Amino acid sequence: MKALAFLLLAAAAPVQAQTMDHSQMDHGAMGHAMPAIDAAIPQGTPPPVPTDHAADALYDPAAMARARTAMIAEGGGMTYSQWMLDRLEYRAGKGADGYAWEGEGWIGGDINRFAVKSEGEGTFGGSLERAEVQALYSRAIDPWFNLQAGVRQDLGEGPDRSYAVIGIDGLAPYWFEVGAEAFLSSKGDAHLRLEASYDQRITQRLILQPAAEFNLAAQHVPELGIGAGPSDIELGLRLRYEIAREFAPYVGVRWERKLGDTADYARAAGERASATSLVIGLRAWF
Amino acid sequence: MTDLPSLPLDRRSLIRGGAALALAQALPGWADTGTHGAAQGALSGETIALRIGDGHFATGGRSAHAISVNGGTPAPLIRLREGQDVNIAVTNRLKEDSSIHWHGLILPFQMDGVPGISFPGIAPGETFIYRFPVRQAGTYWYHSHSGMQEAMGLYGPIIIDPAGPDPVAYDREHVILLADWSSVHPHRLLQRLKQMGGYYNMQRQTLAGLLARKDQGLKDRIDWGAMRMDPTDISDVTGAVYSYLVNGMGTAENWTGLFAPGERVRLRIINASTMTNFNVRLPGLPMTMVQCDGQDVQPVETDEFQIGIAETYDVIVQPGEAKPYALIAEAIDRSGLVRATLAPQVGMAAPVPGRRARPLLGMKDMGMDMGGMDMGHDGVIDLSQPANDAMSGHAMKMRDKSVAPGVKMGPGVATLSPMPADRTADRPTGLEDVEHRVLTYADLRSLTPNSDLRTPTRSLDIHLTANMERYMWSFDGVKLSEGAEPIAFRHMERVRVTLINDTMMPHPIHLHGHFFELVTGEAAHNPRKHTVNVLPGGKLSFDLTADALGDWAFHCHMLMHMHAGMMRVVTVRHGEDAA
Repeated sequence: MKALAFLLLAAAAPVQAQTMDHSQMDHGAMGHAMPAIDAAIPQGTPPPVPTDHAADALYDPAAMARARTAMIAEGGGMTYSQWMLDRLEYRAGKGADGYAWEGEGWIGGDINRFAVKSEGEGTFGGSLERAEVQALYSRAIDPWFNLQAGVRQDLGEGPDRSYAVIGIDGLAPYWFEVGAEAFLSSKGDAHLRLEASYDQRITQRLILQPAAEFNLAAQHVPELGIGAGPSDIELGLRLRYEIAREFAPYVGVRWERKLGDTADYARAAGERASATSLVIGLRAWF
Repeated sequence: MTDLPSLPLDRRSLIRGGAALALAQALPGWADTGTHGAAQGALSGETIALRIGDGHFATGGRSAHAISVNGGTPAPLIRLREGQDVNIAVTNRLKEDSSIHWHGLILPFQMDGVPGISFPGIAPGETFIYRFPVRQAGTYWYHSHSGMQEAMGLYGPIIIDPAGPDPVAYDREHVILLADWSSVHPHRLLQRLKQMGGYYNMQRQTLAGLLARKDQGLKDRIDWGAMRMDPTDISDVTGAVYSYLVNGMGTAENWTGLFAPGERVRLRIINASTMTNFNVRLPGLPMTMVQCDGQDVQPVETDEFQIGIAETYDVIVQPGEAKPYALIAEAIDRSGLVRATLAPQVGMAAPVPGRRARPLLGMKDMGMDMGGMDMGHDGVIDLSQPANDAMSGHAMKMRDKSVAPGVKMGPGVATLSPMPADRTADRPTGLEDVEHRVLTYADLRSLTPNSDLRTPTRSLDIHLTANMERYMWSFDGVKLSEGAEPIAFRHMERVRVTLINDTMMPHPIHLHGHFFELVTGEAAHNPRKHTVNVLPGGKLSFDLTADALGDWAFHCHMLMHMHAGMMRVVTVRHGEDAA
């Protein structure tokens, strides 16, 4: 239930940070020209909202009803979508070169959306080591954060687990993109994933993005090579150039380290616990 | 009636003819460059026919599908006379519904042209006849109220000559119809904004700028970042994708209006943009404002003014020398501008000034009116000054519900202005520090005394609310699509309406079918307007006499804000006791 506690913290953070301390401000000169707005006018009582539509008396009410429905829907009720491949990259390090992807898409309105997420990685000439797909219902819960719930299906090497997912993602104060997801598998094991990134504009088109991901597990899951507690951390630094907003090649560096028992599982399987790689890739969306 | 002489093409021949593309773009006669005056090519008389059809528009090397009226983009000039009746037959040759709204005209609500409120709209192939008496004089305009057709060129100017002598003396007049145009379909523009609110802002603060000591210092950037607010968020759709136009022509095409030195030239300036507020100036030529939103005002001289979308300003200029003068309309975020020329003869071009530095929003634009402190306008917020009064220890909340009890809080409301100021006497966005005269709303006084001087018996606050990150726009936190209730008025009721801008962008708010008096000073001469630009983080009040029975639209005239939900139906009905 560490996961839930974190979610609550994440949700509370933006509220706290929305204040700006003005205790230091100079309010010496309050004698500016006051507006002509007169507070003496009473609020009064508005008339009841009419239940009729004026134009129905002059035009075919059915035609008016159709036009009214369309007009209201066009006033903020339209459906949009975005399909983003945040990372599609080639990884070069010690050992075989690899590839990875991470993406997310959504379709819906301002508040309620259907979202999909996918990520995975593999080695060239080897197998698809890890892949997952999530299907989520996403709901805006405040100006910056979405609550998401749904399912995750793993593919690739090892057992293909299914999970229930609950998570939160959004824009934290200081423009950090953050996310937290808790997973509960059909076998009963629980996991937590935390992510954060920041887009530092160097110029209008050249953007340096530090990113971090941290995974925890509530228990040992030997068949997945995951130990209880902190299981791995990944840090990345990617420099992209937005030829267009929706088309940006990048280069970068990435470091990952398996932790604790997870590292032991890896070493026992003959793998290294940490890896550093240079990456080259593409961020694209439509 | 006079129809346009050179445009016998209809949509079918335009689409079929392979050679038709070369013919497809046509500017209406009134917008001809090198024109001697706005009298050319106007449609007038009691019967007028408009055909809405597909068209094509190109400027600055970019071209795209457009919507035409009588074969031209923009639409023809309609010239009427106060006191006449008019029948305007509008035929829709598009494949989708269309409509025309007569912006600023006082007419029966069923002739106002808003599908779903005034009438059902005009179906493909149908003709709708608008019939109304012309009860006013001045400069107005018309545009589609269906979908995004206005953004694709369906707009044109209206001049109504007064029944009696014109209080404005002039030797010559020109229509200056300002617009923004993109070869990217407007629905695509809106889609991009929904996906990424800052998509078109290519003037954000950068690390390179910080190192070069431009814009905000590090501490201010951190303070603003804490609130997830961007001081460069001035316009949603910018010169990164827009071409700016005068009478359908960009800077290179250089629309030219002629004058003879010494003449009093009346410019009827209309902002028919989709998303662009402009700052307008004629370097070296002072302007005398004589009319605003079609209503005569006491002459007042200025050097630059901001024209919100859908506003109109008539100005008199008196060019004395036989040389070209530039008319510059610069987007308020300074991401682009358009130059037109006033010249004694065709073929002269006034110089194009460089774009001025992009302004930065400040504390006042955030709704923090700190009294006489001169802050914000230069983007410098000094939070390190010593505390010296009762504000000590007070932390300003940017989303404190108690300042706006009528607002429904939710994902669509990112901020509430904690201390909104009446900004009608403030210089508008981007003009705070220019070294010449700048018009403010407080400078406008109606020429003749207003007719209804009753003190309002009721007041009404309306908050302009938004979340730029999600590109949500609303009134009082509720989008039209969320089942928003109409705003109800009693017939002839006088109400003081206060618009409070909880966003960091100016919003040109338009009420259909009425004029209201902007509360700036002496009630008898408060300026009468149909559209009012509410400055960022500020507020203003207008007094409304609800004298037009029926249902009317009320909305932000930034078309994409309207389409995101910043709109309401206004109802005017006989009072309960009169029922």
